[in-house]
Amino acid sequence: MSDILHIENIRKTFPGVIALDDVSFSVARGEIHTLLGENGAGKSTLMNVLTGLYHPDRGQIRIAGEKIHFTSPRDSLACGIGMVHQHFMLVPAHSVFENILLALDNVPNFYSRKTYKEKIQQLIDEFDLDLDLSTPVWKLSIGAQQWIELIKLLMRDCQLLILDEPTAVLTPQEADRLFDVLRRLKKQGKSIIFISHKMREVMEISDRVTILKKGCSLDTLARGDFDESKLASLMIGKDKIPQWQKTLQMSDEIVLDIQGLSVRNDRGLSDLDKFNLQLKKGEILGVAGVAGNGQKALAEVLTGLKNTSHGRILAREKDITNSNARYSYIAGIAHIPEDRKTIGIAPDMSVDENLIMKSFKSGSFRNWIFQNKKAIRRNAEEKIEQFAIKTGPDGTPVRYLSGGNIQKVIIARELSEHPAVLVALYPTRGLDIGSAGYVHKVIADGADRGMSTILIAEDLDELLKLSDRIAVMFRGKLIGYVNPRKTTREEIGLMMSGETPGDTA
Amino acid sequence: MKLVIERREISSPLLRFSAPIASIGVALFVAGFLLLASGVSPLVAYKEIIIEALGSLYGLSETLVKTTPLIFAGLGVSLAFRMQIWNIGAEGQIYVGAMGATWVALFSGLQNHWVMLVAMFFAAFFCAGLWAGVAGFLRARWQVNEVIVTLLMNYIAILWVDYLIYGPWKDPKGFNFPLTAQFSDTARFAEYFNTRMHSGFFLALFCALVLYLFIERTVWGYEIKVIGSNQKAAQYAGMNTGMAIFFVLFLSGAIAGIAGFSEVAGLQHRLQHGISPGYGYTAIIIAWLAKRSAIGVVIVSFLLGVLLVGGDSLQLLWQLPVAFVYAFQGLILFFLLASDFFIIYRVKLVKGVAHA
Repeated sequence: MSDILHIENIRKTFPGVIALDDVSFSVARGEIHTLLGENGAGKSTLMNVLTGLYHPDRGQIRIAGEKIHFTSPRDSLACGIGMVHQHFMLVPAHSVFENILLALDNVPNFYSRKTYKEKIQQLIDEFDLDLDLSTPVWKLSIGAQQWIELIKLLMRDCQLLILDEPTAVLTPQEADRLFDVLRRLKKQGKSIIFISHKMREVMEISDRVTILKKGCSLDTLARGDFDESKLASLMIGKDKIPQWQKTLQMSDEIVLDIQGLSVRNDRGLSDLDKFNLQLKKGEILGVAGVAGNGQKALAEVLTGLKNTSHGRILAREKDITNSNARYSYIAGIAHIPEDRKTIGIAPDMSVDENLIMKSFKSGSFRNWIFQNKKAIRRNAEEKIEQFAIKTGPDGTPVRYLSGGNIQKVIIARELSEHPAVLVALYPTRGLDIGSAGYVHKVIADGADRGMSTILIAEDLDELLKLSDRIAVMFRGKLIGYVNPRKTTREEIGLMMSGETPGDTA
Repeated sequence: MKLVIERREISSPLLRFSAPIASIGVALFVAGFLLLASGVSPLVAYKEIIIEALGSLYGLSETLVKTTPLIFAGLGVSLAFRMQIWNIGAEGQIYVGAMGATWVALFSGLQNHWVMLVAMFFAAFFCAGLWAGVAGFLRARWQVNEVIVTLLMNYIAILWVDYLIYGPWKDPKGFNFPLTAQFSDTARFAEYFNTRMHSGFFLALFCALVLYLFIERTVWGYEIKVIGSNQKAAQYAGMNTGMAIFFVLFLSGAIAGIAGFSEVAGLQHRLQHGISPGYGYTAIIIAWLAKRSAIGVVIVSFLLGVLLVGGDSLQLLWQLPVAFVYAFQGLILFFLLASDFFIIYRVKLVKGVAHA
């Protein structure tokens, strides 16, 4: 086996940040090579170097033995490197065929639709993909859209395919299909760089694994030399993970009862469709589902950002759907938003000011119409200490903090009022393992104090570990509840694709 | 060799502070060529501007007279900027404010000096506030772009005032000139040192102080800053952003409207055509130069006041058109906007990038 890609001592710095320190690894022909690392380890920077978006400060890239400098993504594509991004680059209103054609170079002005269609159809048949060329893309499932991205690269005859967390948007069954296809591609001699942090998948598909940590390539292990615990310990290193213990406590008191809730989005489609959910006091209710099946709308209704078109929300048996009570009740719900930078914080303002964003009107932070700067400062000092937030000098705008610390600022703010209900949307996305463990601890501790949590997450392992019950959503409907201690991943996977379970927990 | 543009992680305070000064410097330099083209030595001209505007009690008082409306309008515009709302309509708001004040001065029949002035103040405040509030309402309710609305409403405001002074409010004893009658003494500001300088200047300084406290110290100021920094986060924290947008545009217009009140009560003593020779537009430059601070608005207004008064002397001495002053203002804004690029990004020369 000869190496198709060989990179050596790559270093890339941004002002004030070393994104990649010293990365070396190689990918052989016909190999599935996994890059494993926590968020912030430098995976995406490395991929941007490989696809020609960034120029490394130092180090070299060899493709098929030849030394190469990329000056733009075009160069990288010309060398046969193609990438499937986490966010697909498709035109929703165009057909599958048109989208694929768009990605090709050198299509003559007067091209023969027939020849191109035949070529693409060949690929589809070869891999048994279930795809009709004339369907507009917006009608397709996320899984099918991913096939299109893959076909685009194959049509370009890419030899090295990079897949950036491709399973994040797939059901477990769809992921299995994907792995099938990847194995077949491998047999054809294509090389694949697979990026993931889901241990299970890494174990299943990788020929070799390279572990990235803090911008350095720690080690490359071949199949047989690694197991889950070894990879995990390498990845985490000496980082401390906060320990927590969860005591099971399920009362039958229902704190929040959502009945037949429907929400429409801007395009007039239903994000939530007669959705039901019951939240009990002191429980952590996990919500599972493939991304884009209404989780966001659910959180937005509960945070008051969206209005309902049908249905009722009962808080302790009191209807609060369309009364002012909803807003005051909502004010008492703590939220950890999905996208912390765009809705969680005011990025140009200081940590002090961000910490009081929800309670700035309360008497403790003001004197008449003036803000009580001393009290605000004292509050910040307390919270920074209590939640171990690493901030810069006083008054540093929040946007200069790391992702984990921004998340801590949000959590400190949201939990400071001892809320009865917490709605957490992907609370650990993009966090390193230490910070993620911290978030879990805070949620579990809250449950011990009687706080009820709706935890929406994409990582099944996270849900299984933390939740008392798991509700599964599909296309805006509740499919059913499962008991995390009795269920299997397969059962949840089937429910995530819309199949109603035989028995519910 | 290759030029690479990189985003700066943290823009240095020194750079942010020096950028406005540097842009004024560059603007002075480029404007020098305009002067040369008209056959005037730039150095002589700049010296003349300084002497004219600051070299005598009269010059200084004239400068403060020009500075006064600029402070009001600049404060109004910068308040909206603070929330990322772009009020381009200060010019129209000045006219509407002047109209409101004039209405009280001419037709209220109030006899007490202070009552009269306070009534004129509030008439100007609310008329101009509601005028700008239209744009705020449209923006908050239907996402109508406030830049377009405030800008276009300028023309309506100016023509409306024209209608009044050519029509119903025309002074019957005014030989058919498009003017209202002169205000009685009850409706006039005090004047100082035998010059045209009037109490409006002190009112402007007071306003700047109040606005500073409002933004930096009050709960509402905090709300405005959060919304300006991230509107979604503000909504999410339970703030009523629609109401805040309306309120801020109302206040922004109202403060600009006080400029109209101050001009008719302190200077013109009547409503007439051209009570503002573009103060409302200059205010945009002022707000931008001053960035975020009310104190900055006062300083920049004074500088531009110097330029306006000094520019007059250029007209008298060398028959340069007044357009020169506007060209100079435009140059400052132009270079200032350009300098923002260098504050946010850094340009680097990278050596030896070979091609694949």
